[in-house]
Amino acid sequence: MCTLEKRGDLFLLTLTGDGEHRFHPDTIATILSLLDQAKSQSKRGSVLITTGHSKFFSNGFDLAWAQTAGSKTGAANRLHQMVESFKPVVAALLDLPMPTIAALNGHAAAAGLILALSHDYVFMRKDRGVLYMSEVDIGLSMPEYFSALVRAKIGTSAARRELLLSGKKIRGEEAVGLGIVDTAAYDSAEGVVEATVRLGEKLAAKKWSGEVYASIRKSLYPELCGILGVEARVFATPKL
Amino acid sequence: MCSLEKRGRLFILKLTGDGEHRLNPTLLDSIRSTINKIRSDQSSSQSVLITTSDGKFFSNGYDLALAETNPSLSVLMDVKLRSLVADLISLPMPTIAAVTGHASAAGCILAMSHDYVLMRSDRGFLYMSELNIELKVPAWFMAVIRAKIGSPAARRDVMLTAAKVTAEKGVEMGIVDSAYGSAAETVEAAVRLGEEIVMRGGDGHVYGKMRETLFREVLVHTIGFDETGSSGVRNTGSKL
Repeated sequence: MCTLEKRGDLFLLTLTGDGEHRFHPDTIATILSLLDQAKSQSKRGSVLITTGHSKFFSNGFDLAWAQTAGSKTGAANRLHQMVESFKPVVAALLDLPMPTIAALNGHAAAAGLILALSHDYVFMRKDRGVLYMSEVDIGLSMPEYFSALVRAKIGTSAARRELLLSGKKIRGEEAVGLGIVDTAAYDSAEGVVEATVRLGEKLAAKKWSGEVYASIRKSLYPELCGILGVEARVFATPKL
Repeated sequence: MCSLEKRGRLFILKLTGDGEHRLNPTLLDSIRSTINKIRSDQSSSQSVLITTSDGKFFSNGYDLALAETNPSLSVLMDVKLRSLVADLISLPMPTIAAVTGHASAAGCILAMSHDYVLMRSDRGFLYMSELNIELKVPAWFMAVIRAKIGSPAARRDVMLTAAKVTAEKGVEMGIVDSAYGSAAETVEAAVRLGEEIVMRGGDGHVYGKMRETLFREVLVHTIGFDETGSSGVRNTGSKL
């Protein structure tokens, strides 16, 4: 369901297989463990790129699994379980001691879009794939940390409205215009991944301290860190 | 150190000499006492402050070499700059930074703590260097960054790539108000802008109070400002 490879300085996290890459508790646990692995192997110049196979980056939580609980309460509990267990994934990405880039091969919806937005840079395809916060359409309430992430990463009230309140399926060009993604200039999944690899190599060449990088990243998003219980760390003496 | 010129209704504060204008305790004291002089001048509530510098640097930040010899001086410089920024935020007159040279780290924060940032485009950059030199970013610096840079992507570029932001890039990113071909043109433009502002009239005390409410978060981080303190605004009647 999910693999981690090393390519020189770059860690490549891939949501594998042809499906919707829905987040089931097992998927979430795997992603968390792979992020932990990347963290423990990180050194100066490490960079993480996250991508997926096929038509979807990720279509969000495994709602079908929630439904098979057999009762309304059961379904609600399962959904709650996924929402709660996904928080550490966002926290881990906020805390990761290296730059992070999401290479969207395809659609990113709900928790799948949250995964994408939890990265420092988001690259999207021009020709295919949409961003979609489906919650307003399917009558699902928005977890607090989802909204906090959107507020942290998306600056204008118009963009936040389009993303959260309109139920719109936002394509690449519009996503760039709204400031939701950094770029949508590529006509294939390979094109997006190559572009993120190029950016990754540029960032890796700086040989930044991962600890310093993560500390500054967290200080950019104090509200989100507060909600996720992510602490900022103090670090030592400067290079003059 | 720091000179003060009165030009009509304009106060021009200049960081003098060809050096880096490092914000050591002595320079910070000198700037603050100059600001106090300005504040207590009779004409202050119908004036404008322009801050500029001689030479290649606006300011290259804290005196880190000094702090290395005596770590307690780090704390002292930080406390003094916080007070200075709080002074600028409460100053009963509009403030313009005429950035005629490099402004790095604490020096960049000082420039951004002005209401208008005018900058030369032929040379010099704004540079939050901390990621590159592995220096801790105080939480209150981040409050200034959040207050003065609106776009999450721009904040990320400034803090997480340690971008060397030229005037033109600064205008694009919404950090710099306008860019000019040379140092002299930048100062001339600041003077023109100052004169326009003075012509509009208005009560500097009201302006200062408004600015305090706008940058309340920064005041909270710098001096633990409590809004429930006495207002001191005498004239709250609308001018409509």
